[in-house]
Amino acid sequence: MSKKKRNGEKLRTVGHNVARAEGVEKVTGAARYIDDLSFDGMIYGATVRSTVPAGRIVAVEQDPAFDWSGFTFVDHRDIVAPGKNVVAMIADDQPFLAVDRVRHQAEPLALLAHADRARLAEGLAHVRVRYESETAQLDFESADKVLKEIAIRRGDVDEVFARQGVTVVEGTYRTGAQEQLYIECNGVIAMPGASNADDGGISVYGSMQCPYYVVRALCVLTGLPREKVRVVQTTTGGGFGGKEEYPSLIAGHAVLLARKSGRPVKMVYERHEDLVATTKRHPSIVRHRTALAKDGTILAIDVDLRLDGGAYVTLSPVVLSRAAIHATGPYRAEAVRIRGRVMMTNTPPNGAFRGFGAPQSQFAAEVHMDRIAGELGLDPIALRKKNLFRTGDVTATGQKLKDSVAAHEVLDRALARHALATKKNKKRAHNKNDAARGNGTPSGTGIALFFHGSGFTGGGEVKLASRAGLALAPDGVRLLVGSTEIGQGTRTMHAQIVAETLGIPYDCVETADPDTARVPDSGPTVASRTCMVVGKILQRAAEKLRAELGEYDDEKSFKKRARWLLAERGSVEIIEEYQKPGDIVWSDETYEGDAYGAYAWGCNIADVEIDPISYQARCTQFTTAIDIGKAIHPILAEGQIEGGTLQGIGWALYEDVVMRDGKMQNASLTNYIIPTTLDTPPISVEIVEHPYANGPFGAKGVGECPIDGPAAAIVNAIRAATGKRLDEVPATPERIMKAMA
Amino acid sequence: MIAAAGIDVLRPRHLKDALMMMRVAADEGHPLVPMAGGTDLFVTLNAGQKPAARYLDLWRLDKLRGVRADGKRGLWFGGLATYTDCIDSKAVQKRLPILVDAARQVGGVQIQNRGTLAGNIENGSPAADGVPVLMAADARVVLRSLDAERTVPLAEYYTGYRKTVRQPDELIVAIEIDVPEGAQRFDKVGTRAAQAISKVVMAAVGHRVAFGSVAPVIVRAHKLEAYVAGGGRDVAEAQRLVREDVKPIDDVRSTAEYRRRVVENLVASWIGGLDGTPRRGKARGLDKAPASR
Amino acid sequence: MKIKLHVNGKKKSVEVPPMKRLLDTLREDLGLTGTKEGCGEGECGACTVLVDGAAVNACLVPTCQVDDAELRTVEGIARGGGKEAARLHRLQRAFLDHGAAQCGICTPGMLMAALALPKKATLDEIRAGLAGNLCRCTGYMKIYDAVAQFLDGERA
Repeated sequence: MSKKKRNGEKLRTVGHNVARAEGVEKVTGAARYIDDLSFDGMIYGATVRSTVPAGRIVAVEQDPAFDWSGFTFVDHRDIVAPGKNVVAMIADDQPFLAVDRVRHQAEPLALLAHADRARLAEGLAHVRVRYESETAQLDFESADKVLKEIAIRRGDVDEVFARQGVTVVEGTYRTGAQEQLYIECNGVIAMPGASNADDGGISVYGSMQCPYYVVRALCVLTGLPREKVRVVQTTTGGGFGGKEEYPSLIAGHAVLLARKSGRPVKMVYERHEDLVATTKRHPSIVRHRTALAKDGTILAIDVDLRLDGGAYVTLSPVVLSRAAIHATGPYRAEAVRIRGRVMMTNTPPNGAFRGFGAPQSQFAAEVHMDRIAGELGLDPIALRKKNLFRTGDVTATGQKLKDSVAAHEVLDRALARHALATKKNKKRAHNKNDAARGNGTPSGTGIALFFHGSGFTGGGEVKLASRAGLALAPDGVRLLVGSTEIGQGTRTMHAQIVAETLGIPYDCVETADPDTARVPDSGPTVASRTCMVVGKILQRAAEKLRAELGEYDDEKSFKKRARWLLAERGSVEIIEEYQKPGDIVWSDETYEGDAYGAYAWGCNIADVEIDPISYQARCTQFTTAIDIGKAIHPILAEGQIEGGTLQGIGWALYEDVVMRDGKMQNASLTNYIIPTTLDTPPISVEIVEHPYANGPFGAKGVGECPIDGPAAAIVNAIRAATGKRLDEVPATPERIMKAMA
Repeated sequence: MIAAAGIDVLRPRHLKDALMMMRVAADEGHPLVPMAGGTDLFVTLNAGQKPAARYLDLWRLDKLRGVRADGKRGLWFGGLATYTDCIDSKAVQKRLPILVDAARQVGGVQIQNRGTLAGNIENGSPAADGVPVLMAADARVVLRSLDAERTVPLAEYYTGYRKTVRQPDELIVAIEIDVPEGAQRFDKVGTRAAQAISKVVMAAVGHRVAFGSVAPVIVRAHKLEAYVAGGGRDVAEAQRLVREDVKPIDDVRSTAEYRRRVVENLVASWIGGLDGTPRRGKARGLDKAPASR
Repeated sequence: MKIKLHVNGKKKSVEVPPMKRLLDTLREDLGLTGTKEGCGEGECGACTVLVDGAAVNACLVPTCQVDDAELRTVEGIARGGGKEAARLHRLQRAFLDHGAAQCGICTPGMLMAALALPKKATLDEIRAGLAGNLCRCTGYMKIYDAVAQFLDGERA
């Protein structure tokens, strides 16, 4: 890994595994997550939820025979102008509390609060809801209501398909929903008062990824001005997208109860409720039609992709956008047509989950590549190499890939690493005389190549206009940034970038808690942008500060200059705003142009065995090579890659959301299963660094790319092992058994 | 969080007192619910199930602890013997090693440390992992009440789905096994490699074979056993017979068809290995590195 | 019910309903919020504590059953129960060095389960011993590295 700056100077902080700023509290139990916090006079809140997937609400009644003293009850009538009963997002179609119509199971209808949690549970059981049930659209494949549609076109696909001598390969691929399964459930505490209890404002503490999304949603809900709404992110036990937009909803509920009761209100979901009611990865069905020359050159890619959005729009348009842009996989073609639609169903709305549409569309693309290889009698790797993006190629949206294109390199490095790992495994198995595996156990190897655009699509970063910066102190700097730490090491990574840029020790950089009263809006902590985009803004702020400090060459002289500048100015705060790299051009209308400033590139190779008795697929070795531009903190970067990879493996083999009548039936950790240690293969990681000129020290995004590949690699390995087609995840033993029949 | 304030627990120090409490409560028509390690009970309480009026906490009854060898081939398990006790017991490792295999696959170590054999038996889940082993080994359940003791073969312990022969004034004080001769084999096909609810469990000792998760109760496959005991080794016939002994269903975890096929595959494998070297079915998921499931 | 506990080497007395979950007694009555609730089903292991040296899920233990027992929680790992970096236990230091904690919510339970491992545990035994602790962030690889480093040190 390169430890040099551009000019050959050695990097002292970036590229090193510095101690995590927030590490000690996590290993001592001192870190305070939302359920660890209490405030004087705090009461507890709970949600009354619908028990039908669609219908008219006739009445929501508190049982008159029950003693309601000590309870606070809230329904939609408690939301009054200038507030609005709308969860501000993209389409503004989702209410905080249903008014007269239910559109999905577990839809919030009313809220209750009480000081005693046992009593609260009793109260919840005494709220009766009467409905007039209506026919529900539960299946998205047969649905006809479209929440959002987009089209990407390049060249003339129909003309290519009509040509003589062209081979056409078709395939249809499906992916199921996936639950983010953060080990800490959603939770918030809302309190009357923003800067003091009587100012008429509100404060919300909670587990979340985007405090400023919550601010916006609360301003719309209450009609309060921005200064009267304060949101503080508490230590968050995992997000993965599941706490991107959802917290706005639970925060709004807690706020309604807090304003009505005049008390702090804690709402923390238990696991069952979190599973049933919160967002999941959009299920997908993707149809590919590919035109090829006999030698395997891809001529045209025609994709029809549909996602299940659930009952409300939430973030579906953006998920669809990313799915569609990545739908070709990392391959060139002279003609491309991608039609993407999000369908409405009467199920709990789906939302953000790491990868955000790209895992779904790239699963299809990569399993389809193996199908093509099979039908054309070509080697799967040779086929991919023939069509794999190189610098100078043009993507589906017409983006010319100018720099930092490492598709071929990640393939080569993954192959080399995998060969080494499997050699070691064979040796170890041989040494242990472990011949039991030989007979009757089908085994195979599968590959997947993939890419992932960093940052918001197209003009998204410009619209976000993120801001971040620093405050100077006599002994260092304090970062002022709204990005959240949710396990990925944001604070550490940002501090490293700033320390390196300023030429000061890492320990001299402090990060402030993401408190919207104190930090600027740096945009949401999503979309693999926290390092590449926000880190870059911080770097520019640090460069500016460095210029203003004048000359220094070590910590001592830095502190001298800092004290001087502070004496001159009183206080020094430098906030910078996002600057679009000049060469990015995008049109939202035609969906053409530079979709992302940079892409991360990935290659996965999986060895899989199928148990002949139980049909269980078992991954025995998994190799992943990811180009992330620059590993600011190698261990943290590896951690993102390993964690994202295992989430992808879980999605491929184990994770299944079983729905009936629009409600999740396996809403417990007993029945919605993620990999344990014993389900986890050895994961061998190769970090590739192809620097991106506009990223801090060359860094691109790392959080999501790793999850885009595993499902296809594993399904391709299963096909190699069994000789049977499998076009769907999760590849459960039941499905494998059916395929092998 | 559970509404603990309203739940009554009696906590006797001695078995005699426990049995007296059980008798009195039963006579009053409000039987006590015995509680051992709580690994089944607390899951249902956490899920919001209404608690019983009164529980009898067995945890202080030291007389019920322990696992030991009994005679030449026997094993004795106290009513509070845990899965960890089974794993650690040299007697079990030697005489009924498939019980060690099964115990290692019950949840994770946290569950093994607290879950009891007796609790699992009485809870009556058809997916219990240890019970098929006990049943294939012809285990006997020792039930005691204030003034009587009786021994019931485990194969006769269940009268229906989660229904047992235990009377409201009785406690399981021990499980006794005279381990039969014959090759032992245990196979659990779960939803994943650890912390898994089983989809199919097969446990065999000699020609005795029991299945879990494929019927409302854990069952001995009598027709199949009779065939095999009589020398039958035709796989197709064995599979036809076992299909009559089991009644798998579709549920949130799996399908009847899958369970049926896996049972057939297990039976084929079992028959195939019957007359060869006695082979312990390898516990799935605990293979050596680099393999993992 | 009055219950005597020995928690992290200190004698404590609490007055709680006997069936109150040990998890809640620790968090609410003893102010030890380091032990976490992830599922309430005994599946995730985030609530793992040591009772007389054995790892158990505190969400499934009634407090009455630990009357007079020796309890150890994450707050009791570091020397003197301290929170400062200087007083960390070697296992905690290994977790920090290897990046074995990301979001940290599973970490207290993971640490306790790791402390309950046999001192000579092989990689397979580490994996089996931690199979009752779910982690969604790390992919487990760095947890193995940290635990292996810790156990190596124990054997030395």
